[in-house]
Amino acid sequence: MSTKSQKWTEVIESKNSLFKIDLVELWRYKDLLYMLVKRDFVTFYKQTILGPLWFIIQPIIMTLTYVVIFGNIAGISTDGTPRFVFYLSGITFWSYFSETLNKVSTVFKDNASMLGKVYFPRLILPISIVISGLIKFFIQFFIFILFLFYYFKTGTIHPNYWILLTPFLIALIVTLSLGFGMLISSLTTKYKDLIFLITFGIQLLMFATPVLYPLSIIPSKYIFFIKLNPLTGIFECFRYGFFGNGDINLGLLFSSTIISIVILIIGVLIFNKVEKDFIDTV
Amino acid sequence: MNNQTVIRAENISKLYRLGEVGTGTISHDLNRAWKKILGKEDPYLKIGQINDRNTNSPNDYVWSLQNINFEINQGDTVGIIGRNGAGKSTLLKLLSKVTKPTTGNFKLKGRIASLLEVGTGFHPEMTGRENIFLNGAILGMTKNEIKRKFDEIVDFAGVERYVDTPVKRYSSGMYVRLAFAVAANLESEILIVDEVLAVGDSEFQKKCLGKMSDISKGEGRTVLFVSHNISAVKNLCTKGLYLKNGENCGFGEIDTIINSYIRGGAEDLNISYKANKISKDTKAQIIEVKFRDDINTFNVFEEIYIDFKINVNQDIQGCTPMIIVYDSYQEIFKTFASDVDTQILKNWSIGEYNYSIKLPPIFKKGNYFINVEIGELMAYPVEFIGNALTFTVNENFQAEFKSYSSIRTGMVAYDIKWEKESIIKSK
Repeated sequence: MSTKSQKWTEVIESKNSLFKIDLVELWRYKDLLYMLVKRDFVTFYKQTILGPLWFIIQPIIMTLTYVVIFGNIAGISTDGTPRFVFYLSGITFWSYFSETLNKVSTVFKDNASMLGKVYFPRLILPISIVISGLIKFFIQFFIFILFLFYYFKTGTIHPNYWILLTPFLIALIVTLSLGFGMLISSLTTKYKDLIFLITFGIQLLMFATPVLYPLSIIPSKYIFFIKLNPLTGIFECFRYGFFGNGDINLGLLFSSTIISIVILIIGVLIFNKVEKDFIDTV
Repeated sequence: MNNQTVIRAENISKLYRLGEVGTGTISHDLNRAWKKILGKEDPYLKIGQINDRNTNSPNDYVWSLQNINFEINQGDTVGIIGRNGAGKSTLLKLLSKVTKPTTGNFKLKGRIASLLEVGTGFHPEMTGRENIFLNGAILGMTKNEIKRKFDEIVDFAGVERYVDTPVKRYSSGMYVRLAFAVAANLESEILIVDEVLAVGDSEFQKKCLGKMSDISKGEGRTVLFVSHNISAVKNLCTKGLYLKNGENCGFGEIDTIINSYIRGGAEDLNISYKANKISKDTKAQIIEVKFRDDINTFNVFEEIYIDFKINVNQDIQGCTPMIIVYDSYQEIFKTFASDVDTQILKNWSIGEYNYSIKLPPIFKKGNYFINVEIGELMAYPVEFIGNALTFTVNENFQAEFKSYSSIRTGMVAYDIKWEKESIIKSK
């Protein structure tokens, strides 16, 4: 007969609290995180000849295209920074942000068949996307550093101590793309229309972020709106650190930090609430 | 120790929305939020109905499970049985935390490993080895656990030679074997298995059943098993849970539960059906259905006559009576519909009608269950009566009919003539 003093190891409830996040459980699934990242990386270049080289070829070809179109044809200023390295930096950071955001925001939809069959802490999936993206990012960032070094030698750019903020800036981009992506993915389980909104929304966001132009060429009547974008502070700060051109704006960076953290917290909380039964509506 | 409860289900219910999920979500959400502000109950929780797929209901919410309570002890092997759509898979999904219950809760002791599908998360481009680690991790194993079990898994699946080949090159049998092997080697106190034995060849199915019985009997772990294969359930399980339309229709010793399932939950065998009250509200009504001569035991090759009385209350276009015969495993054996008969498809005017049909003598030994319905042409059924009649077919025949006895494989008994013509005559 069952004893009165039963010790249950787990209770599956119909109600769940917004703030209950099981970090211990998350830690127990660290091997799954590793396997998912490995899967993303390995399957990227399986059966290709150039393999991981594709991580490098993509941004370089894109940069060259931008140099021709935005630089030579449209003649948009880069504040005196060599065009190639200016665009390469923008593309490296932006493609990490946009790809992570895109993947995280469709994480429920993309993995619905797997999520409908087995339980594991759903948070593992967005985290694995962030890490897979980071691996790719660091490969591309390394290439960027090589070019940076070359231009530094020729004396066309002037890196300074602000460059030491780079890890912090990368962390901010991770926070923002993860938080924003989780927020959207949670909402898309019910409101499918958001998926369409997000794909072209990201494209639009690129033009509202100083990726292909420096903040200095923005007319003053628009500058307020561009500064509302939390990415603006991040992009301006790393440009200043790497190239020594433009202006450092600590207030902007501070507001970016606050916004990123708030978005991440909201994203995690809503994601955590939705993950329990999203499969009924996805 | 063996009698310790490891799973306790308390008032489990699950509400699903029918139809196109997503349309009208905002309006329903707003309505919910408004009622919550006013401190009222969720308006959509009340209107859910019993999950009977055969009846057509105007509302969009349905209880896939309703007020399920049970306790499972350590070491029990529980077979969950019921017809398609009875809520079996929903129950397993709730237990494996794929989705959460609408009301109620489960209390568990120990780790749950669930196998609702084999090969969840397998990536076709990755090798067998990589997939073992990935799939194992998805199922909740740590890397070290998988490493320890690796040889056992590969051995059980019988894929040693292919372990470094991408699984997309595997035959479907190898794929499934590998996937099951990973799951079968999970180290969890509770194992949940849903219908995985439907895949793979019969040899592999036997191997799976053997492995599962090792798990439950040898290692004292608790197993929950859903299958339509009654004989597999009977062999493997010690306890049974019978679900019908989302409700708990019995929990107990496996033999008792299987018997009540085979009887369709009805305690008595129905020789006739009579409408409780005659009403003029519906378009048409089935008044009476019965076996001719009030006998419901037949012999193989006997013809079975069924008489109907139907009241038509409004002019209907193309009224189509229909009977559906289920075998003792609650699988549809044969549907006899009248809509092939053009005479019947003509417009029906108000009045009372008698019908009679003769079922062909194709039934082998066993129990059969008959559902009766009348429908309008191209519309939902006007009336549906589940389990209206039951009948039994016996084998009382002479030696020459031996080839139709139940020891011969096949679904139906049917008499054919073998015509013999000698081409070359021996001396």
